[in-house]
Amino acid sequence: MREALRRFRQAQEFWLALVIVLLVIVMSILRPNFLSLQNIFDLLGSYAFSGMLVAGLLVVLISGGIDISFAAVATVAQFVALTCANVYGIGWAGVTAIAAAIGLGLGLCNGLLVSTLGIASIIVTIATQSVIYGILLTVTKGQDIFALPPWFSAGIDWPIFTAHDGTQYSMNLQMLGLVAAFFITWLILNRTNVGRQIYALGGNREAAQRVGFNVFRLNLLVYGYMGLIAGLASIVQAQYTQSVSPTALVGRELDVVAAAVLGGASLNGGVGTVLGAILGVALVAILQNGLTILGVSSYWSQFVTGLVIIAAVASMARNVRRRWQNSPGLAA
Amino acid sequence: MTGFAGVLVRLIGETNLRLLGLLAILTIVFGSLVGNRLFGELGLRSMASQLPELGLLSLAMMVALLSAGLDLSVIATANLSALTVAFILTNVPATLSGPVAGWWQVGAVIAGILVAALVGLLNGTLIAYLRVSPILATLGTMTLVKGLAIGLTHGGVVSGFPPAIVFLGNGSMLGVPMPIIIFAAVALPLGILLSRTPFGIIVALAGSNERAVRYSGIDTRRILLFVYLLCSAIASLAGLVMMARFNSANAAYGDSYLLVTILACVLGGISPMGGFGKVSGLVIALIILQLISTACVLLNLSQFLTLSLWGGILIVVALGDAIKSRFAPVLLARRRPQSRPSAQGSRSI
Repeated sequence: MREALRRFRQAQEFWLALVIVLLVIVMSILRPNFLSLQNIFDLLGSYAFSGMLVAGLLVVLISGGIDISFAAVATVAQFVALTCANVYGIGWAGVTAIAAAIGLGLGLCNGLLVSTLGIASIIVTIATQSVIYGILLTVTKGQDIFALPPWFSAGIDWPIFTAHDGTQYSMNLQMLGLVAAFFITWLILNRTNVGRQIYALGGNREAAQRVGFNVFRLNLLVYGYMGLIAGLASIVQAQYTQSVSPTALVGRELDVVAAAVLGGASLNGGVGTVLGAILGVALVAILQNGLTILGVSSYWSQFVTGLVIIAAVASMARNVRRRWQNSPGLAA
Repeated sequence: MTGFAGVLVRLIGETNLRLLGLLAILTIVFGSLVGNRLFGELGLRSMASQLPELGLLSLAMMVALLSAGLDLSVIATANLSALTVAFILTNVPATLSGPVAGWWQVGAVIAGILVAALVGLLNGTLIAYLRVSPILATLGTMTLVKGLAIGLTHGGVVSGFPPAIVFLGNGSMLGVPMPIIIFAAVALPLGILLSRTPFGIIVALAGSNERAVRYSGIDTRRILLFVYLLCSAIASLAGLVMMARFNSANAAYGDSYLLVTILACVLGGISPMGGFGKVSGLVIALIILQLISTACVLLNLSQFLTLSLWGGILIVVALGDAIKSRFAPVLLARRRPQSRPSAQGSRSI
């Protein structure tokens, strides 16, 4: 028991949770409406897209790779699916299926290229991002879609409960997507054989290969899953912003990477948990929302996020100095 | 390999030879599509104006890649540095005139480089001394530095500079545009520094195998610190050129170049695993990218298609390499054994 407690104290999740709790306490003292249900629901809605992507990226990071192209993939999926909805009048099932299929397809392309090209996944996905995004902008000429079908704009609305002041709180598409993405990712990583194989692949690729894991298939699975999540997240995002913009998502990839890494996922692979990823997104969300509620100019929010990232990565490296002296070169 | 081909390979390098081949093919293809205009005045001018910015940023990125790192903060650093220069230039005390005003401008540029050096120092400390992974550390500093620039300017533009500064971006000397001259003045010494001096060789060796270099008694931490200082210093020059060309500075100029600089470096034969790569390769790769871009402009194709072609060409080149390495055993059996094992690191970035 004590051993378990000690190990928990050393985990990234513990410190992250501590920081978040402190932040929430300070915020709710300064602004009592911070912990209101309304604000929490708002937060869940506006960070659903990033959160879902973090869930997908977590799997890629654990496998020892990285994907930069997901924002471009999401934009393409969003654009094609909702154009089809406008032109052919397909419903929820159709839109979701098209977005999922496009995401999955492009993700599989990434997986295929990462496996066959033999160069770092960051380079491969930068290249595919450029190709996908360039073609998309050429075809769409950068035009937004504002006219969406009414059933799509309405979204889904499953009432959960009604507060005593009469306000109704209900489950919306954003929350549904967020919960589903994290739950399925947790299932894959912790309750399936494939999940263990992904951890093994990220921990030691050579060993995983020699044990007999099919690295090629694992790569396809990992990048395909990332693409699938990106496709589905794009629909959630379009429903939230009530529009499709080819230029709104690309360029924000690194924010998602930052959230995943804040949650303790290592860029070297083999490390990372769903709980950590959730806490990473939560920290970024609470921080930015908190600054807004406190009335700090939004121009400064990126600066504060940067400070937090640097503080987090520096504190993760606390014990490294000693390791460097004991075994030079090993402290990586 | 003997004879003429062998001499050529040793002189230019295999990677560069392949890049030159690619350049030749593209020149013929685009030349036949576009005609004389490709190397006409308009074509050359558009090449000369765009290449130096991307080029300087890529040079900065290259130094980090060579050390098996990555510097995502180059563009943020360039912009913060340019904003510093811009701020000092636009706040000249009214009493200054004549040579003193000239020195004020020099001082502004130096202040810009110093601000960039501070960012480099932060990167270097995080990466070399705290052993934070380069992607993470520079992701953090990128957000921080860009956030600082946005916070200070509220996303606005600082503009209106003295003629001497504008000349750096738009003037020309002996018919050669100033940005090209600045680019050459950075690329040439950097090439010598990286391939002909102990510092450059240690950087490349540390990029291949940091532990081995550390065991041979070299403080790799100091070397890495210098690497990121150098990155930031080059980035600040890129910022200066951008600022001078647009006659304005902003927190978000050149944002879309970030991933393109990595693409250019990898196309230029700089291994993202570290340790291998030459400035000359990068320069040829930049010319290839610029040729594609200019041809797209002259063919009235969308500028976004350029981005696709850039990404596509990298995938094609990498695919060629992958196919070649798959058949390498077959080819090697027919030639003499390879003199050096290929650079295959287990580190992924």
